Amino acid sequence: MTTPELDFLPLAPALFLVGMGMVVLLFGAIYKRASAKWLLLFTLLGLAAAGLVAIKLWGWEGAPTVLGGMLVVDQLAVLATLAIVGVGAMAALLGADYFDGEEPGEFYALLLFATAGMTLLVSAADLVMVFLALEVLSLSLYVLVGFTLRRAAGEASLKYFLLGAFSAAFFLYGVAMTYGATGTTSITGIARALSGVPLPGSLALAGLGLLGVGLAFKVAAVPFHMWTPDVYQGAPTPVTGFMAAGTKVAAFVAMIRVLDVAFAPLQWNWQPVIIGLAVLTMVLGAFLAIPQTNIKRMLAYSSIMNAGFVLVGIAAGGAAIGVTLFYLLAYAIAVLGAVAVVMVVSHRRDEAASIEAFRGLSKRKPALAGVMTLFLLSLTGIPPAVGFISKVGIFAAATNAGLGWLVLIALLCAVVATYVYIRVIVLMYMDEPTVQASAEPIRITTLTVITVTVPAFLVLLLGILPNLVAGFLEHASVLRW
Amino acid sequence: MRLLSVLIFLPLLGIPLLMVPSLPDRWARICALSVTLLTFALSLFIWAKFKTDTPGFQMFEDAPWLDQLGLRYTLGIDGISLFMVMLTTLFMPVAILMSWSVKDRVRLYMMASLAIETAILGTFLSLNLLMFFLFFELLLFPMYLIVGVWGSKRRVYAAVKFFLFTMFGSAFLLVGILLLFSQSAELLGKGTFDLQELMGLPMATETARWIFLAFFIGFAVKVPLVPLHTWLPDAHTEAPTKGSIVLAALLLKTGTYGLIRFNITLFPEASRHFALAIGVIAVIGIIYGGIVAMMQTDLKRLIAYSSVSHMGLMVLGAFAFTSMAMSGAVLQMVNHGLSTGLLFIAVGMLYERTHTREIAELGGIAKATPWIAGVYLVAALSSLGMPGLNNFIGEFMVIVGTFPVYPLLAILAATGVVLSAIYLLWSYQRTWQGEPKERWKHLKDIKPREAILVAPIIAVMLLIGLYPRPFLDRIEPTTDALVLYVQTETGTPAQEPAQEPAQEPAQEPAQEPAQEPMPSSFPSSDEQGAAP
Repeated sequence: MTTPELDFLPLAPALFLVGMGMVVLLFGAIYKRASAKWLLLFTLLGLAAAGLVAIKLWGWEGAPTVLGGMLVVDQLAVLATLAIVGVGAMAALLGADYFDGEEPGEFYALLLFATAGMTLLVSAADLVMVFLALEVLSLSLYVLVGFTLRRAAGEASLKYFLLGAFSAAFFLYGVAMTYGATGTTSITGIARALSGVPLPGSLALAGLGLLGVGLAFKVAAVPFHMWTPDVYQGAPTPVTGFMAAGTKVAAFVAMIRVLDVAFAPLQWNWQPVIIGLAVLTMVLGAFLAIPQTNIKRMLAYSSIMNAGFVLVGIAAGGAAIGVTLFYLLAYAIAVLGAVAVVMVVSHRRDEAASIEAFRGLSKRKPALAGVMTLFLLSLTGIPPAVGFISKVGIFAAATNAGLGWLVLIALLCAVVATYVYIRVIVLMYMDEPTVQASAEPIRITTLTVITVTVPAFLVLLLGILPNLVAGFLEHASVLRW
Repeated sequence: MRLLSVLIFLPLLGIPLLMVPSLPDRWARICALSVTLLTFALSLFIWAKFKTDTPGFQMFEDAPWLDQLGLRYTLGIDGISLFMVMLTTLFMPVAILMSWSVKDRVRLYMMASLAIETAILGTFLSLNLLMFFLFFELLLFPMYLIVGVWGSKRRVYAAVKFFLFTMFGSAFLLVGILLLFSQSAELLGKGTFDLQELMGLPMATETARWIFLAFFIGFAVKVPLVPLHTWLPDAHTEAPTKGSIVLAALLLKTGTYGLIRFNITLFPEASRHFALAIGVIAVIGIIYGGIVAMMQTDLKRLIAYSSVSHMGLMVLGAFAFTSMAMSGAVLQMVNHGLSTGLLFIAVGMLYERTHTREIAELGGIAKATPWIAGVYLVAALSSLGMPGLNNFIGEFMVIVGTFPVYPLLAILAATGVVLSAIYLLWSYQRTWQGEPKERWKHLKDIKPREAILVAPIIAVMLLIGLYPRPFLDRIEPTTDALVLYVQTETGTPAQEPAQEPAQEPAQEPAQEPAQEPMPSSFPSSDEQGAAP
């Protein structure tokens, strides 16, 4: 028996993150009175190291999978890792601003663990690894959601935990079925086993369905979205942003791998289902967002609707992977920025995140209102924000795949969603600030400036010069069989 | 020298200037005004450099942008866009002068105005469909802000309605653009949004018709054609004066421009196929708009409905497919911008003084403000098509050019002119003439600033009315080539006038229009079986 050759480089991003998570945890426990600034610094260092390694992996020429076929090194994984690390960094900065020095040692550690789980998820080459990564990610998030120990947070955390456990069970059952049908849990192995078969067995279809349900929970596709509004509302605002941006990217990349690689031979079986899910998700997400008065809840429904748009891209198949990733990236940037503004405007108190807080904002803080407008326009898909070009990209791919009618539905849902977003703009620009809102000044710290301007800059930059990243995304090759 | 790029992005230069913290409002106004004046000067230069004898696109620019998606930065100007550009650059400084009295968030207001100018210019000059759509959408938000923030009582309702309606239209337009893109990927082997590459794409007839309809809905909202017009009276009425000017004079033109530039150019067969139906819709709009305008009690609403009526005429002319009607439609786009813009300016001046637009409350204002009354009268006379003023030429060309093809529609459209005489003159009488009420007796007449902004518009109106040649010289090569293109594409024998555009009688295009040999050889659109 020979020991398998082990190359640590592909694993290094996750190792850095987990390692730094441990360090932060211990450091926070030992030096109780140490300034929270150090913890933030460590966290950012860990994330930066992970990002640098990921960049180094771009031109990876070693074996396509490592650790006995558990992890894959392809450009999709690298790009997604970079996006996730960026989201993690933003979330850490947001968290630092949010907690403002109240011993958030575990917060950073959990954030790093969750980020590690996400990076593993996007580079998982085996269903077992997908499951493990999902659990690492989810368990950290369950705690993060309930981190403030407020009632609503506890409720959200419990809800997320119960439904998440359900979905994990579905997923695991799906893994078992798939193993039964194909005799392997390797993503490429499954594709190979299924590709020669003219008619898929019921076992394979059942496995596909269960895996799909498990993943649909994570990406919050209707009808598996029930947890999203409560969790997004109850969670501390930085965690909301982290989940909306990071979890979406990671779970969708996993979905691409499972559907578009492992089950690619069964594309004609899953494509109609994904299209159905996409329609449901877009329509319900858009319409249910209208009556919301809590801005975080509104963003939750908007994230559901955006999941529908991404599903359109997934339904379009392999050619759309690059634009789908671009869409996820654009969405992540805009939603992080929006969450950052929400956090500041609601005075860093989760319960104050009503859209009323935005009334007359353009008179109180014109710049803040301006960037919020930019993020909302990006979510709406109005140029020059990046949301425009990313939406066009995903819809162009879908049209090319012969799904023109689906694109029309998507665009009409986007019109409905427009109403949701411009309602906030109406409040900010076309209403006077309330007396009671003006009584409490909006506190803007250096961290706020960073967390708000960086996404705003990116939204504009990528919106005007999308070619900066499009080249990379075009080469977002995926390891196939 | 990339003149067109400079022209488009020149207004944006003002935005960083306006961002300077604690810039006094006065300087913000001056800054915006000088930037727009500079843009206007540059557009005059472009006008001078424009070659009148070439039908194709001039001052062509092309650069990669996002090639992966077929998005390229492609600009060009021809006889149609030239006029739209001139209209835009002329009206922007006017609109900014007109909003000198805005007090609330002046810098934001000016930033929005400059963004609008860039967006409109980009819309008119883009030759890449996706880039066009980008500018088309870019226009939306600043316009929405102008209506919603600085408008009158029901401004939020009007702004949201405007936004949602146009987004709805845009959804169809984008689907159309993307379908065309996927068609080009199929037929050319490479997806493209380039207008010139897409021209003559050998699509299946059925497919082309569907895509045509998607484009048509998108632009019909902007034009607006009945029954998609309901956003317009609200937006026009609630917008501040500047907003109404920009909406009426410029924004509506993006719709008709889009119809001519994209619907007709890209889908000649489908355009012929649907021409009659579109003509009927247009005529319904002309008459409906005219009748509804008569019943309005709010002066701005009246003008808004008159816009609905007038825009129908342009669409009718564009879809008649004779050189004369097409040139008339393009000229009419300019004319409508001038006269409706001026009407809104006059009403804006009135509103600044009286703070009401209700016709019933006004009356006899001319006694106190004869000059403003004069401005309104000139605009109204122009708008109702009095000979010697600009609209006469355009309306005449459209109606006479349409007559050989759709005689009934042309006759019905002419009733729209009669209707416009009724509602405009009647509104003049009720607003300005008669015995003034006590409270209107001490209104101040026109200020120098207002006189300055009105003068160039009236000058251009007179120029077009009395000597339209320089304008038609620039329009006709393009429109003739377009009509010829449509005719050859749809298998109708080409017409002579299309080949010799510069030879037409100069002074009175109205005199001998019927001699143009286009008439009877046109098959009516139902017989159009050009496709296999």
